[in-house]
Amino acid sequence: MLLGPALGVSALLFAIGVGGVLLRRNAIVIFMCVELMLNAVNLTFVALAQQIGPQGQVIVFFVMAVAAAEAAVGLAIILAVYRHKESVNLQDVNLLRG
Amino acid sequence: MPPVIEWVWLVVALPLAGFAANGLLSLVQPSAKRAVSAIGVGTVAAAFVVTLAIVRGLAGAHASDPFVVTLWQWIPLGDLRVAVAFQVDQLSAVMLLVVTGVGLLIHVFSVGYMRADDGYARYFAYLNLFVFFMLVLVLGANFPILFVGWEGVGLCSYLLIGFWFDVKANADAGKKAFLMNRIGDAGFLIAMFFIFQATGSLAFDEVFARAPRVFAIGGPTITAIALFLFLGCTGKSAQIPLYTWLPDAMAGPTPVSALIHAATMVTAGVYLIARTNVLFAMAPIAGAVVATVGAVTALWAATIALKQWDIKKVLAYSTVSQLGYMFLGVGVGAIASGMFHLVTHAFFKALLFLGAGSVIHALHHAYHATHRHEDAQDMRNMGGLRRWMPWTASVMWLATLAIAGVPGFSGFFSKDEVLAMTFAKGHEHVLFYGLWAVGAVAALLTAFYMTRLMLYTFHGPNRTGAAEQGHVHEAPWVMTGPLVILAALSVVGGVLNLPEVLPQSGWLHHWLEPVTAAGDFFRPDTHLSHGTEWALLGLATVIAGLGIAAAWRFLTPADLKPAAEAPAETGLQKLLLRKWYVDEIYDTLIVRPLVWLSDVVLWRRVDAGAIDSVGVNGSARVARGLGVIGSWLQTGHVGTYVFFFVVGALLLLRAATRF
Amino acid sequence: MREVVFWGFSGVALAAALLCVTRRSAVASALWLVLTLFSLAGLFVLLDAQFIAAIQVLVYAGAIMVLFLFVIMLLNLGRAGPSDMRGWLGRGVAALLGVGLAVELWVLVRIVRGGGFAAETAAYPLPPGELARVQQAEGAVGMLAEPLFRQYLVPFEITSVLLLAAIVGAVVLAKRKI
Repeated sequence: MLLGPALGVSALLFAIGVGGVLLRRNAIVIFMCVELMLNAVNLTFVALAQQIGPQGQVIVFFVMAVAAAEAAVGLAIILAVYRHKESVNLQDVNLLRG
Repeated sequence: MPPVIEWVWLVVALPLAGFAANGLLSLVQPSAKRAVSAIGVGTVAAAFVVTLAIVRGLAGAHASDPFVVTLWQWIPLGDLRVAVAFQVDQLSAVMLLVVTGVGLLIHVFSVGYMRADDGYARYFAYLNLFVFFMLVLVLGANFPILFVGWEGVGLCSYLLIGFWFDVKANADAGKKAFLMNRIGDAGFLIAMFFIFQATGSLAFDEVFARAPRVFAIGGPTITAIALFLFLGCTGKSAQIPLYTWLPDAMAGPTPVSALIHAATMVTAGVYLIARTNVLFAMAPIAGAVVATVGAVTALWAATIALKQWDIKKVLAYSTVSQLGYMFLGVGVGAIASGMFHLVTHAFFKALLFLGAGSVIHALHHAYHATHRHEDAQDMRNMGGLRRWMPWTASVMWLATLAIAGVPGFSGFFSKDEVLAMTFAKGHEHVLFYGLWAVGAVAALLTAFYMTRLMLYTFHGPNRTGAAEQGHVHEAPWVMTGPLVILAALSVVGGVLNLPEVLPQSGWLHHWLEPVTAAGDFFRPDTHLSHGTEWALLGLATVIAGLGIAAAWRFLTPADLKPAAEAPAETGLQKLLLRKWYVDEIYDTLIVRPLVWLSDVVLWRRVDAGAIDSVGVNGSARVARGLGVIGSWLQTGHVGTYVFFFVVGALLLLRAATRF
Repeated sequence: MREVVFWGFSGVALAAALLCVTRRSAVASALWLVLTLFSLAGLFVLLDAQFIAAIQVLVYAGAIMVLFLFVIMLLNLGRAGPSDMRGWLGRGVAALLGVGLAVELWVLVRIVRGGGFAAETAAYPLPPGELARVQQAEGAVGMLAEPLFRQYLVPFEITSVLLLAAIVGAVVLAKRKI
């Protein structure tokens, strides 16, 4: 059944993703860490689908579609930022400073 | 209900239609003076005719209960049900006749008086509006409708006092009248709240029917209600302490002074007490207060009138004084006597004002013709006018004899009756003997100052100026006509209510009995023996004769100098000329402290000092400081945001996992 | 056997994820992430989600990661430049929060396994092995198609609108001149 171990792996993957977001400054790498977190969540859905039926997997389908959309827009934004700042280092982007 | 009474709405609607038409004309075609006169006078005349028919119907019905014509529900709100309803009874019939009758004569007079004025259409629009509101006031079948009329006539008074608003003093006078009336109106409103709380209704018939059950006679609630109502009356009817607006109100056109500030509006307070006489009968202390204030006002204003030079000011203080008599009458419970004096006063005081208007009109034209800027209202610029204005002089003499109380004239009977009723009340309390004495002295002064006015205006040498004398003319017939009618009424008006010792006595008294009976039920019977009554009549005659003779003997019009050359007054004369300095005292005691309080304390200290700096700017500073602190968190670095986001998520998880 | 394969894929996924997070070069990170995604696809198969595993490989590892690599190359970030890691304080904070989150999620998993949220999970009493049987009967695609095009038809169509919006948005943002 592997439900418990799968959830545990998913938790660890998610934590690694969060740690990565906190650790890195490169916007593209941070983006990849976000993808990692999304995949950890996908694993959770797939694991729980064993208990609740195919609907759990359908949600994963939607998560992937959203992830694809997010990747397209997010990378386009990074491109635009790079064009403006000649950098993808988030340390250099602080327009929101109060 | 006689079918004709159903048409009472027409009486009210006609002047309103006149206002609408004239108001429209004043905006689009102010020069159409013929149309304006036709509409202005015609609507009031039609209202007068309808009134006559209604009063005839009422007299034929011999009803003891009022006829209430309900037009529609105005405020149906829970227990509060206020209808737009008109009440036709003997009391409102008297007021209807006075308002439409005297009003009609004054409208006719205005056609001549205001002929040359640019604001002719506006003037008639206001005047019609006033008649409309005054009719609402006297016809209202409940307190709110009466109050609508009450406020409406106040508004028209304001508009007409400040009719020539391009002079600041006139606008100020209007403002003063409006503000002083507000003080009284507040009292009226509070009284209404009390009445509704106690009786659960505001309709006259219900309130008066329930009053004996819910109020204890002489109890604190009913006394408070009566006193608050009377506070409203002191404002509207210019009694102490709120009388000072009326003399200033003479800034308006003279027919306005005659209609609003002598014959009708200022008597609304007397009407209100007559209307609510049940309430006042149940509050004897309030009645005594009304009588005392009335008597003191009568004397007080009469002393001021002794020394005024402005002809309209004399008449204004005379009006305040005569209103005092009316309050003395209704205060001692002699409702019919108070109303009697109201009616006769409407005749002779309207006549006096219109006569004065005629004189002012003539002098104004004379000065206008010679381009001199003298005061056309100052009696020191008059003198000997009877040679050029014989009609005006004679009718004004008739009115003077009436107001002075010369036997046979209307004022003699009405004033004597008020004083006699006060005297009769002396059996109950010695206070009323005192009030009678005060009233008698005031009557003496009345005879004196009125004779003085006539002497200085129409007798002795002329002081207007040699060049001007040729331009002084008698007014046209459209102005003298109403004067003659009013003079006739002033002379014979006394037959309305002859004293008991004469045949055919007490007609008005019997007519008003259905209205006053409910109140009389609570009052002890007062009766004078015929001997006392004859003595009082004789005394009144002596007083009137004494006043007139003293004025004739001591005043010498020949010694007067025109206003521009007159020496300054001194001593008591100056004190009276300056009206006992009451305006100055009010200014010092009330107006200036209030302005100081508003300006220095409330504005500079409280508003600017405390609220603005601490409250408004202070809270802004606090918000700004918090914003500065908050902006430290906004580093603009995504890392920081993620850090806080994750910390928050951890805390939430922690809360979620702790079962 | 299943357990062995499961733990094998899990170990690879976790290790690759750690390497993805800690490699200095963006290209290396991306490639380690691809490995994680492949491993996850293996786990999906083990968890009776063959179709999801397939599109995981096709869409994620195939399409999305290619997009990432393409952008990295477009911006010429391929060679390892100065490290974009945070300082020691930042690393400490990241590790602390990561570990804290892992612990908390582990607690959450234990609660679920221990019968917490019983009221919520009781609504779906799918017996063990039932999903695998359904997949056998309907096929990997049919099992998903049934709920996707019936129960979730509207969200599905909205997703297509979302993708269209994302395409337009990406074009607008990335183009220099429109």
